[in-house]
Amino acid sequence: MSRAQEFRTGDTPLPDIVILTHKLTRDYDMGSEIVRALRGVDLQIRRNEYVAVMGPSGSGKSTLMNLIGCLDTPTTGEYWLNTQKVSALADDELARIRNKEIGFVFQTFNLLPRASALHNVELPLIYAGIGSRDRRDRAAHALTRVGLSDRMDHKPNELSGGQRQRVAIARALVNDPSILLADEPTGNLDSTTSQEIMGVFGELHNQGQTVVMVTHEAEIAEHAARVVTLRDGLVATDQLKAA
Amino acid sequence: MRPFEAIRLAFLQLRAQKLKSGFALIGVFIGVTFLIGAWSIVNGINRYMVDKFAGTIIGVNTFHLRRRPAFTPNVDDSTWRQWARRPRITFSDAEAVVAGITVPVLTAWQSSDNITIEANGKQVRDAEVTGATERYFEIKNLTIEQGRAFSAQEARRGVPVVVIGSEVADKLFAGRDPLGKTVRIKGEPYRVVGVVAKQGKLFGFSLDRFAVAPARSPVQDQVNPPGVVDAVIVKAGTVEEMRDAMDQAEGIMRSRRHLRPAQADNFVLETSEGVLSFWAGIQRILFVIGPGLVAISLVVGGIVIMNIMLMAVAERTREIGIRKSLGARRSDILRQFLAESAMIATLGGMLGIATGIMLSILLNVVTPLPATVSPLSILLGVALGGGVGMLAGVYPASRAARLDPIVALRQE
Repeated sequence: MSRAQEFRTGDTPLPDIVILTHKLTRDYDMGSEIVRALRGVDLQIRRNEYVAVMGPSGSGKSTLMNLIGCLDTPTTGEYWLNTQKVSALADDELARIRNKEIGFVFQTFNLLPRASALHNVELPLIYAGIGSRDRRDRAAHALTRVGLSDRMDHKPNELSGGQRQRVAIARALVNDPSILLADEPTGNLDSTTSQEIMGVFGELHNQGQTVVMVTHEAEIAEHAARVVTLRDGLVATDQLKAA
Repeated sequence: MRPFEAIRLAFLQLRAQKLKSGFALIGVFIGVTFLIGAWSIVNGINRYMVDKFAGTIIGVNTFHLRRRPAFTPNVDDSTWRQWARRPRITFSDAEAVVAGITVPVLTAWQSSDNITIEANGKQVRDAEVTGATERYFEIKNLTIEQGRAFSAQEARRGVPVVVIGSEVADKLFAGRDPLGKTVRIKGEPYRVVGVVAKQGKLFGFSLDRFAVAPARSPVQDQVNPPGVVDAVIVKAGTVEEMRDAMDQAEGIMRSRRHLRPAQADNFVLETSEGVLSFWAGIQRILFVIGPGLVAISLVVGGIVIMNIMLMAVAERTREIGIRKSLGARRSDILRQFLAESAMIATLGGMLGIATGIMLSILLNVVTPLPATVSPLSILLGVALGGGVGMLAGVYPASRAARLDPIVALRQE
């Protein structure tokens, strides 16, 4: 925590801080009541960190992940990504950030069921406006990186759970994002496969990738270098593991 | 996203979802086919009535002077009784009218009845036997295939000669040369001088089962009381000349009948327009019902397409969420769905046009209707069918594209 920047509204984050949230809140209007999922989260993540966000269900960790991933917009507060104030951006700008800066890995994989592994990995490149030959090369390279060079033409239902998650990781990486966001990436996998996937994350981190991962399993969080715990929409603990 | 990418994505999608795309395509296809088909049938009936029916019965730029209209649909009893009281058209009326018209016209008298014709012990029943003057053939566009028409002199003197239709010739003489042979009509002998070329059928009735003899020959006794004609036929070169001739004929008849200005004509001048006005009535109904049916079919088809598309989009909300989470903008999503709908609409429309045209060709071959495909119907079919298809596809997609990615992703 000593490395954190003293941040006040109106400031700009230091260049090596990839993610900075300041008094970030998110309320959900459930009709009869307003659920305050986040109540003012201050969080700073530097380049090449490997952070696990933990907390019991309802603590707001998935909400935080969706806000960091630009899938959702905060009610109040600031969110800075790569010294750009994301919380102030319009729809199309957010789409561009999701495309270029963020690689998302979901618990349920979220692959297009009728498309091949290769096409699934190509998708972010399509929206980045990259030509088809270049796209295929890069998608194939990303799939090779996660060890699926021989499964490129398979559809998701022809792959095992671990292989599907590898396809999703390849898709998250294909655009060289600033951060890799994983929301319960092993939630739908058995323990052996989970270890494999965590191995992939560890290796990516070693190659310099910034990784942020939401999990409720302490065993999985073990793999991260820093563990942030949320409770009732606020940061409860923030611990660096001794390397 | 590059513009071409939307089309590629749409194509991949259509290939992946063959059944659903197929149903939507069939919706557009049926709508377009039905519109073009129905339109070409109505068009065909119309052309048939105008060209063939009216042309055959009366003729172009031609009017008939008659006691009462020959073509009389839906006439009430009192009108009939009134018509029955009218004086008949006589030979002398006919001569006066023919002599009095100064506009260049062709004229002929005509009286007809359905009578049996006999020769060589064979019969043709219910043949249309006509007593006429020599210009009758010219006015009716009857082409003499063998022999000749009877002459003005024969007509004037009432020589018992006859020109027969091809069916009568075939049935009575079965391949042998009928010229110079004798046929009998109610026992009276007539020498065959000519045979008319085959004309075919109208509404399934043969146009070749007839015989024409001079009006002053003994045939007159079979077709009308002495000195009476059914009609004086007057054919002009142009519509204007026909109108002038009609005015003159009307004047001549009115003065011969001593009608005062307040009195109505007690005869009729019937043109093909008169016959066509009856048809126009039917046509009005057809043109209300036809497009009505087409509109209903398109609305139903449109609802089907809309439902299929709504289902497809609801199912694909999650896909939209995934795409948005990977950086697709709202416009990218919209463009993809637009391209999909456009492809379905285009393909369905093209198949519909092809089938519609084939349907119309088929109608032409197997029915007497000269069904034609109107370019307007193709345009309308494509605009309506395609428009409905596109709208049905794009509206739900535009709603889904507006969703927050996280909301779309949560959809199952």
